[in-house]
Amino acid sequence: MKAVSVFKKDWESELRTRYAINALAMFILVTISVILFSIGSEKISEYLTGGLLWVVIFFSAMSGLSRAFVSEEDRGTTLTLQLIAKPSTIFSGKLIFNLLLVFLMNIAITFLFFILFESFVIKNFALFATAFLFGNIGIAVSSTMIAAIISKASSKGTLYPVLSFPILLPLILTLLELTKFAIDGNSLEESFVEIAVLICYDVIMLSAAYMLFDFIWKE
Amino acid sequence: MNKYFLELNKVTKTFGRRLVFKDINFTLESGKVYGLSGPNGSGKSTLAKIIAKIISTTTGKVIHRLNGEEIISEKLHDHLGFVSPYLVLYDEFSAQENLYHFAKIRGIDFDADYVKHLFEEFDLYDRRLDLMKGYSSGMKQRIKFIFALQHSPELLILDEPTSNLDQKGKEKVYQIIKEQAKDNLVIIASNEENDLALCDQIIQITEYKNINSK
Repeated sequence: MKAVSVFKKDWESELRTRYAINALAMFILVTISVILFSIGSEKISEYLTGGLLWVVIFFSAMSGLSRAFVSEEDRGTTLTLQLIAKPSTIFSGKLIFNLLLVFLMNIAITFLFFILFESFVIKNFALFATAFLFGNIGIAVSSTMIAAIISKASSKGTLYPVLSFPILLPLILTLLELTKFAIDGNSLEESFVEIAVLICYDVIMLSAAYMLFDFIWKE
Repeated sequence: MNKYFLELNKVTKTFGRRLVFKDINFTLESGKVYGLSGPNGSGKSTLAKIIAKIISTTTGKVIHRLNGEEIISEKLHDHLGFVSPYLVLYDEFSAQENLYHFAKIRGIDFDADYVKHLFEEFDLYDRRLDLMKGYSSGMKQRIKFIFALQHSPELLILDEPTSNLDQKGKEKVYQIIKEQAKDNLVIIASNEENDLALCDQIIQITEYKNINSK
Protein backbone atom coordinates (compact mmCIF):
# COMPACT_ATOMS: atom_id res chain seq x y z
CA MET A 1 0.00 0.00 0.00
CA LYS A 2 2.91 2.38 0.72
CA ALA A 3 4.16 1.83 -2.84
CA VAL A 4 0.68 2.67 -4.15
CA SER A 5 0.87 5.91 -2.13
CA VAL A 6 4.20 6.76 -3.80
CA PHE A 7 2.52 6.09 -7.15
CA LYS A 8 -0.48 8.28 -6.24
CA LYS A 9 1.85 11.10 -5.21
CA ASP A 10 3.75 10.79 -8.51
CA TRP A 11 0.59 10.59 -10.58
CA GLU A 12 -0.93 13.69 -8.98
CA SER A 13 2.40 15.46 -9.39
CA GLU A 14 2.53 14.41 -13.05
CA LEU A 15 -0.99 15.69 -13.71
CA ARG A 16 0.06 19.09 -12.35
CA THR A 17 3.54 19.41 -13.82
CA ARG A 18 3.19 17.30 -17.01
CA TYR A 19 6.89 16.42 -16.85
CA ALA A 20 6.60 13.07 -18.65
CA ILE A 21 3.21 13.04 -20.38
CA ASN A 22 3.92 16.09 -22.56
CA ALA A 23 7.38 14.82 -23.52
CA LEU A 24 5.98 11.43 -24.45
CA ALA A 25 2.98 12.79 -26.39
CA MET A 26 5.11 15.21 -28.39
CA PHE A 27 7.73 12.57 -29.14
CA ILE A 28 5.12 10.06 -30.36
CA LEU A 29 3.44 12.64 -32.61
CA VAL A 30 6.69 13.95 -34.08
CA THR A 31 8.22 10.51 -34.69
CA ILE A 32 5.17 9.02 -36.35
CA SER A 33 4.75 12.17 -38.46
CA VAL A 34 8.38 11.97 -39.63
CA ILE A 35 7.95 8.30 -40.55
CA LEU A 36 4.76 9.07 -42.47
CA PHE A 37 6.39 11.96 -44.35
CA SER A 38 9.47 9.91 -45.23
CA ILE A 39 7.40 6.97 -46.50
CA GLY A 40 5.17 9.19 -48.62
CA SER A 41 3.20 7.08 -51.07
CA GLU A 42 5.66 4.14 -50.89
CA LYS A 43 4.30 0.77 -49.86
CA ILE A 44 6.39 -0.64 -47.02
CA SER A 45 6.50 -4.28 -45.95
CA GLU A 46 4.58 -5.64 -42.96
CA TYR A 47 7.80 -6.70 -41.23
CA LEU A 48 9.32 -3.22 -41.61
CA THR A 49 6.19 -1.64 -40.06
CA GLY A 50 6.46 -4.07 -37.13
CA GLY A 51 10.10 -3.08 -36.70
CA LEU A 52 9.27 0.63 -36.87
CA LEU A 53 6.67 0.15 -34.13
CA TRP A 54 9.29 -1.06 -31.66
CA VAL A 55 11.79 1.62 -32.75
CA VAL A 56 9.20 4.30 -31.94
CA ILE A 57 8.36 2.57 -28.65
CA PHE A 58 12.05 2.32 -27.64
CA PHE A 59 12.84 5.99 -28.31
CA SER A 60 9.57 7.20 -26.79
CA ALA A 61 10.43 5.28 -23.62
CA MET A 62 13.85 6.96 -23.66
CA SER A 63 12.25 10.40 -23.90
CA GLY A 64 9.85 10.14 -20.98
CA LEU A 65 10.45 7.29 -18.56
CA SER A 66 13.58 8.68 -16.92
CA ARG A 67 11.46 11.42 -15.36
CA ALA A 68 10.39 9.13 -12.50
CA PHE A 69 13.73 9.62 -10.78
CA VAL A 70 15.29 12.52 -12.70
CA SER A 71 12.48 14.89 -11.68
CA GLU A 72 13.05 14.02 -7.99
CA GLU A 73 16.79 14.65 -8.35
CA ASP A 74 16.27 17.89 -10.32
CA ARG A 75 13.83 19.25 -7.74
CA GLY A 76 15.98 18.10 -4.81
CA THR A 77 13.21 15.94 -3.32
CA THR A 78 15.24 12.71 -3.30
CA LEU A 79 16.26 13.33 0.31
CA THR A 80 12.62 13.82 1.30
CA LEU A 81 11.72 10.43 -0.17
CA GLN A 82 14.70 8.80 1.55
CA LEU A 83 13.39 10.14 4.85
CA ILE A 84 9.88 8.74 4.54
CA ALA A 85 10.15 5.30 2.97
CA LYS A 86 12.47 2.37 2.48
CA PRO A 87 14.14 1.98 -0.93
CA SER A 88 12.03 -0.96 -2.12
CA THR A 89 8.83 1.04 -1.45
CA ILE A 90 10.14 3.93 -3.55
CA PHE A 91 11.19 1.60 -6.38
CA SER A 92 7.81 -0.18 -6.36
CA GLY A 93 5.94 3.15 -6.47
CA LYS A 94 8.07 4.45 -9.35
CA LEU A 95 7.69 1.12 -11.17
CA ILE A 96 3.88 1.26 -10.95
CA PHE A 97 4.04 4.83 -12.31
CA ASN A 98 6.27 3.81 -15.22
CA LEU A 99 4.17 0.71 -15.94
CA LEU A 100 1.11 2.91 -16.32
CA LEU A 101 3.01 5.37 -18.54
CA VAL A 102 4.46 2.57 -20.71
CA PHE A 103 1.08 0.93 -21.21
CA LEU A 104 -0.66 4.24 -22.02
CA MET A 105 2.16 5.27 -24.35
CA ASN A 106 2.41 1.93 -26.17
CA ILE A 107 -1.34 1.51 -26.55
CA ALA A 108 -1.44 4.98 -28.13
CA ILE A 109 1.51 4.19 -30.45
CA THR A 110 0.07 0.80 -31.50
CA PHE A 111 -3.37 2.33 -32.08
CA LEU A 112 -1.84 5.04 -34.29
CA PHE A 113 0.11 2.39 -36.23
CA PHE A 114 -3.08 0.41 -36.86
CA ILE A 115 -4.84 3.54 -38.15
CA LEU A 116 -2.01 5.16 -40.12
CA PHE A 117 -0.08 2.22 -41.60
CA GLU A 118 -2.01 0.01 -44.00
CA SER A 119 0.71 -2.63 -43.94
CA PHE A 120 0.52 -3.07 -40.15
CA VAL A 121 -1.70 -6.16 -40.14
CA ILE A 122 -1.56 -8.58 -37.22
CA LYS A 123 -2.90 -12.02 -38.08
CA ASN A 124 -2.53 -13.55 -34.58
CA PHE A 125 -3.68 -10.86 -32.19
CA ALA A 126 -3.43 -13.08 -29.08
CA LEU A 127 0.29 -13.60 -29.72
CA PHE A 128 0.85 -9.90 -30.32
CA ALA A 129 -1.07 -9.03 -27.12
CA THR A 130 1.05 -11.52 -25.11
CA ALA A 131 4.28 -10.06 -26.50
CA PHE A 132 2.94 -6.54 -25.92
CA LEU A 133 2.07 -7.33 -22.27
CA PHE A 134 5.39 -8.89 -21.26
CA GLY A 135 7.37 -6.50 -23.47
CA ASN A 136 5.84 -3.48 -21.76
CA ILE A 137 6.60 -4.92 -18.33
CA GLY A 138 10.22 -5.49 -19.38
CA ILE A 139 10.56 -1.95 -20.77
CA ALA A 140 9.05 -0.44 -17.60
CA VAL A 141 11.26 -2.45 -15.20
CA SER A 142 14.49 -1.80 -17.12
CA SER A 143 13.71 1.88 -17.71
CA THR A 144 12.88 2.48 -14.04
CA MET A 145 16.09 0.83 -12.92
CA ILE A 146 18.23 2.75 -15.44
CA ALA A 147 16.44 6.00 -14.56
CA ALA A 148 17.48 5.53 -10.93
CA ILE A 149 21.11 5.04 -11.99
CA ILE A 150 21.33 7.99 -14.38
CA SER A 151 19.46 10.40 -12.09
CA LYS A 152 22.68 10.71 -10.05
CA ALA A 153 24.81 11.49 -13.14
CA SER A 154 25.49 14.94 -14.58
CA SER A 155 24.78 14.13 -18.27
CA LYS A 156 21.44 12.44 -17.76
CA GLY A 157 19.96 13.07 -21.23
CA THR A 158 22.77 11.35 -23.12
CA LEU A 159 23.40 8.58 -20.64
CA TYR A 160 19.84 7.25 -20.56
CA PRO A 161 19.54 5.91 -24.13
CA VAL A 162 23.23 4.87 -24.16
CA LEU A 163 22.86 2.81 -20.98
CA SER A 164 19.41 1.53 -21.95
CA PHE A 165 20.40 0.24 -25.40
CA PRO A 166 22.46 -2.81 -24.33
CA ILE A 167 20.05 -3.63 -21.53
CA LEU A 168 16.93 -3.37 -23.68
CA LEU A 169 18.48 -4.93 -26.80
CA PRO A 170 17.63 -8.59 -25.95
CA LEU A 171 14.09 -7.51 -25.12
CA ILE A 172 13.61 -5.49 -28.31
CA LEU A 173 15.06 -8.28 -30.49
CA THR A 174 12.70 -10.82 -28.95
CA LEU A 175 9.76 -8.46 -29.38
CA LEU A 176 10.68 -7.90 -33.04
CA GLU A 177 10.71 -11.65 -33.56
CA LEU A 178 7.36 -12.13 -31.84
CA THR A 179 5.79 -9.26 -33.80
CA LYS A 180 6.99 -10.94 -37.00
CA PHE A 181 5.39 -14.22 -35.86
CA ALA A 182 2.15 -12.38 -35.02
CA ILE A 183 2.15 -10.76 -38.49
CA ASP A 184 2.71 -14.20 -40.07
CA GLY A 185 -0.13 -15.67 -38.01
CA ASN A 186 2.00 -18.19 -36.06
CA SER A 187 0.34 -19.83 -33.08
CA LEU A 188 1.24 -19.23 -29.40
CA GLU A 189 2.66 -22.77 -29.18
CA GLU A 190 5.02 -22.12 -32.10
CA SER A 191 6.30 -19.00 -30.37
CA PHE A 192 6.75 -20.59 -26.95
CA VAL A 193 10.55 -20.16 -26.81
CA GLU A 194 10.42 -16.42 -27.54
CA ILE A 195 7.61 -15.88 -25.02
CA ALA A 196 9.63 -17.84 -22.41
CA VAL A 197 12.67 -15.63 -23.13
CA LEU A 198 10.48 -12.55 -22.66
CA ILE A 199 9.12 -13.77 -19.31
CA CYS A 200 12.63 -14.77 -18.14
CA TYR A 201 13.93 -11.31 -19.07
CA ASP A 202 11.18 -9.67 -17.01
CA VAL A 203 11.84 -11.89 -13.98
CA ILE A 204 15.64 -11.39 -14.16
CA MET A 205 15.36 -7.61 -14.52
CA LEU A 206 12.81 -7.36 -11.72
CA SER A 207 14.97 -9.46 -9.35
CA ALA A 208 18.13 -7.52 -10.26
CA ALA A 209 16.33 -4.21 -9.81
CA TYR A 210 15.13 -5.03 -6.28
CA MET A 211 18.52 -6.44 -5.31
CA LEU A 212 20.51 -3.46 -6.61
CA PHE A 213 18.20 -0.57 -5.86
CA ASP A 214 19.38 -0.10 -2.26
CA PHE A 215 22.91 0.58 -3.52
CA ILE A 216 21.74 2.93 -6.26
CA TRP A 217 19.33 4.86 -4.05
CA LYS A 218 21.69 5.57 -1.19
CA GLU A 219 24.67 7.80 -1.96
CA MET B 1 8.56 6.72 28.01
CA ASN B 2 10.65 5.28 25.17
CA LYS B 3 14.39 5.04 25.64
CA TYR B 4 16.32 5.92 22.50
CA PHE B 5 20.05 5.26 22.29
CA LEU B 6 22.36 6.26 19.51
CA GLU B 7 25.89 4.94 19.37
CA LEU B 8 28.60 6.35 17.10
CA ASN B 9 31.31 3.75 16.96
CA LYS B 10 34.61 4.88 15.38
CA VAL B 11 32.74 6.80 12.69
CA THR B 12 35.06 8.01 9.93
CA LYS B 13 34.14 9.72 6.69
CA THR B 14 36.30 10.61 3.72
CA PHE B 15 35.30 12.08 0.37
CA GLY B 16 37.92 10.78 -2.05
CA ARG B 17 41.21 11.60 -0.36
CA ARG B 18 39.75 14.32 1.85
CA LEU B 19 39.22 13.33 5.46
CA VAL B 20 36.05 14.88 6.90
CA PHE B 21 36.33 13.38 10.39
CA LYS B 22 37.89 10.34 11.96
CA ASP B 23 37.00 7.93 14.77
CA ILE B 24 34.02 9.69 16.32
CA ASN B 25 32.96 7.70 19.36
CA PHE B 26 29.89 8.99 21.15
CA THR B 27 26.78 7.71 22.86
CA LEU B 28 23.61 9.77 22.80
CA GLU B 29 20.35 9.09 24.64
CA SER B 30 16.81 10.41 24.76
CA GLY B 31 15.92 13.15 27.18
CA LYS B 32 18.84 15.29 26.09
CA VAL B 33 19.78 17.75 23.38
CA TYR B 34 23.11 17.22 21.62
CA GLY B 35 24.92 19.69 19.40
CA LEU B 36 27.15 19.13 16.39
CA SER B 37 29.38 22.15 16.06
CA GLY B 38 32.22 23.30 13.84
CA PRO B 39 33.03 25.90 11.21
CA ASN B 40 31.54 25.87 7.69
CA GLY B 41 32.63 22.79 5.77
CA SER B 42 33.71 20.94 8.91
CA GLY B 43 31.24 18.09 8.32
CA LYS B 44 28.28 18.88 10.61
CA SER B 45 25.71 18.16 7.90
CA THR B 46 27.67 15.11 6.76
CA LEU B 47 27.58 13.69 10.29
CA ALA B 48 23.85 14.52 10.56
CA LYS B 49 23.23 12.62 7.30
CA ILE B 50 25.35 9.70 8.50
CA ILE B 51 23.35 9.52 11.73
CA ALA B 52 20.15 9.57 9.64
CA LYS B 53 21.72 6.82 7.46
CA ILE B 54 21.17 8.92 4.34
CA ILE B 55 24.85 8.49 3.53
CA SER B 56 27.14 5.74 4.69
CA THR B 57 30.26 5.90 6.84
CA THR B 58 33.65 5.17 5.29
CA THR B 59 34.46 3.08 8.35
CA GLY B 60 32.74 2.69 11.69
CA LYS B 61 29.15 2.09 12.69
CA VAL B 62 26.07 4.03 13.71
CA ILE B 63 23.71 1.99 15.87
CA HIS B 64 20.17 3.12 16.75
CA ARG B 65 18.37 1.41 19.64
CA LEU B 66 14.81 1.89 20.84
CA ASN B 67 14.07 0.33 24.23
CA GLY B 68 17.16 -1.83 23.86
CA GLU B 69 16.28 -3.21 20.42
CA GLU B 70 18.36 -2.23 17.43
CA ILE B 71 16.52 -0.39 14.68
CA ILE B 72 17.44 -1.66 11.23
CA SER B 73 18.25 0.92 8.53
CA GLU B 74 15.10 0.09 6.55
CA LYS B 75 12.89 1.00 9.54
CA LEU B 76 14.80 4.07 10.71
CA HIS B 77 12.56 6.52 8.82
CA ASP B 78 9.66 5.53 11.12
CA HIS B 79 11.59 6.87 14.13
CA LEU B 80 13.38 9.83 12.61
CA GLY B 81 12.41 13.47 12.08
CA PHE B 82 14.82 15.52 9.99
CA VAL B 83 15.00 19.25 9.29
CA SER B 84 17.63 20.85 7.10
CA PRO B 85 18.07 23.69 4.61
CA TYR B 86 18.64 21.17 1.77
CA LEU B 87 15.37 19.34 2.46
CA VAL B 88 12.89 20.18 -0.30
CA LEU B 89 9.14 19.54 -0.36
CA TYR B 90 6.97 19.34 -3.47
CA ASP B 91 6.29 22.80 -4.92
CA GLU B 92 3.32 21.63 -6.98
CA PHE B 93 1.40 20.54 -3.86
CA SER B 94 0.00 22.64 -1.04
CA ALA B 95 1.54 22.28 2.42
CA GLN B 96 -1.37 20.11 3.53
CA GLU B 97 -1.20 17.94 0.41
CA ASN B 98 2.53 17.41 1.00
CA LEU B 99 1.85 16.24 4.54
CA TYR B 100 -1.05 14.05 3.40
CA HIS B 101 1.13 12.27 0.83
CA PHE B 102 3.98 11.85 3.32
CA ALA B 103 1.64 10.28 5.88
CA LYS B 104 0.28 7.83 3.31
CA ILE B 105 3.76 6.91 2.04
CA ARG B 106 4.87 6.34 5.65
CA GLY B 107 1.88 4.06 6.04
CA ILE B 108 0.29 6.06 8.85
CA ASP B 109 -3.11 7.72 9.05
CA PHE B 110 -3.24 11.40 8.23
CA ASP B 111 -4.07 12.76 11.69
CA ALA B 112 -5.91 15.93 10.68
CA ASP B 113 -6.25 17.19 14.29
CA TYR B 114 -2.56 16.79 15.07
CA VAL B 115 -1.53 18.36 11.76
CA LYS B 116 -3.93 21.26 12.43
CA HIS B 117 -2.31 21.69 15.86
CA LEU B 118 1.17 21.75 14.22
CA PHE B 119 0.03 24.25 11.58
CA GLU B 120 -1.28 26.51 14.34
CA GLU B 121 1.92 26.10 16.38
CA PHE B 122 3.98 27.27 13.43
CA ASP B 123 1.55 29.98 12.40
CA LEU B 124 0.79 28.43 9.02
CA TYR B 125 -2.82 27.33 9.42
CA ASP B 126 -4.24 30.06 7.18
CA ARG B 127 -1.73 29.25 4.45
CA ARG B 128 -2.01 25.44 4.63
CA LEU B 129 -3.85 25.17 1.31
CA ASP B 130 -1.42 27.42 -0.60
CA LEU B 131 0.96 25.77 -3.06
CA MET B 132 4.48 25.38 -1.68
CA LYS B 133 5.92 27.37 -4.58
CA GLY B 134 4.24 30.45 -3.11
CA TYR B 135 5.89 29.99 0.28
CA SER B 136 8.72 32.22 1.49
CA SER B 137 11.97 30.60 2.69
CA GLY B 138 10.94 31.17 6.31
CA MET B 139 7.56 29.52 5.75
CA LYS B 140 9.28 26.60 4.03
CA GLN B 141 11.54 26.22 7.05
CA ARG B 142 8.47 26.10 9.34
CA ILE B 143 6.71 23.48 7.22
CA LYS B 144 9.84 21.33 7.45
CA PHE B 145 9.32 21.19 11.22
CA ILE B 146 5.75 20.00 10.71
CA PHE B 147 7.09 17.41 8.26
CA ALA B 148 9.62 16.26 10.87
CA LEU B 149 7.12 16.09 13.74
CA GLN B 150 4.11 14.71 11.86
CA HIS B 151 4.83 11.05 12.75
CA SER B 152 5.95 11.77 16.37
CA PRO B 153 9.53 10.48 15.96
CA GLU B 154 11.80 9.50 18.86
CA LEU B 155 14.88 11.01 17.18
CA LEU B 156 14.92 14.56 15.86
CA ILE B 157 17.89 15.74 13.78
CA LEU B 158 17.87 19.48 13.16
CA ASP B 159 20.49 20.77 10.75
CA GLU B 160 20.63 24.58 11.06
CA PRO B 161 17.12 24.65 12.56
CA THR B 162 16.73 28.41 12.73
CA SER B 163 18.01 29.34 9.28
CA ASN B 164 15.64 31.70 7.42
CA LEU B 165 13.43 32.13 10.50
CA ASP B 166 12.38 35.43 12.06
CA GLN B 167 12.65 35.99 15.82
CA LYS B 168 9.16 34.66 16.48
CA GLY B 169 9.92 31.56 14.43
CA LYS B 170 13.19 31.00 16.29
CA GLU B 171 11.45 31.23 19.64
CA LYS B 172 8.86 28.68 18.51
CA VAL B 173 11.64 26.33 17.37
CA TYR B 174 13.43 26.65 20.72
CA GLN B 175 10.17 25.90 22.51
CA ILE B 176 9.59 22.81 20.32
CA ILE B 177 13.16 21.60 20.94
CA LYS B 178 12.70 21.88 24.71
CA GLU B 179 9.36 20.04 24.55
CA GLN B 180 10.76 17.29 22.31
CA ALA B 181 13.85 16.81 24.47
CA LYS B 182 11.68 15.78 27.44
CA ASP B 183 10.96 12.38 25.87
CA ASN B 184 13.05 12.20 22.72
CA LEU B 185 16.60 12.52 21.49
CA VAL B 186 17.30 15.83 19.77
CA ILE B 187 20.46 16.55 17.75
CA ILE B 188 21.20 20.06 16.51
CA ALA B 189 23.86 20.75 13.88
CA SER B 190 24.55 24.46 14.01
CA ASN B 191 27.01 27.28 14.55
CA GLU B 192 24.44 29.63 16.09
CA GLU B 193 25.27 30.34 19.72
CA ASN B 194 21.58 30.51 20.64
CA ASP B 195 20.94 27.09 19.06
CA LEU B 196 23.91 25.51 20.82
CA ALA B 197 22.89 27.09 24.15
CA LEU B 198 20.03 24.56 24.25
CA CYS B 199 22.41 21.60 24.09
CA ASP B 200 23.37 19.42 27.04
CA GLN B 201 26.47 18.19 25.23
CA ILE B 202 28.30 19.35 22.10
CA ILE B 203 30.37 17.30 19.67
CA GLN B 204 33.08 19.55 18.23
CA ILE B 205 33.72 18.11 14.76
CA THR B 206 37.11 19.86 14.50
CA GLU B 207 38.41 17.67 17.32
CA TYR B 208 38.01 14.67 15.03
CA LYS B 209 39.75 16.22 12.03
CA ASN B 210 43.35 15.49 12.83
CA ILE B 211 44.32 11.89 12.14
CA ASN B 212 46.64 11.82 15.14
CA SER B 213 44.38 13.67 17.58
CA LYS B 214 42.06 10.82 18.59
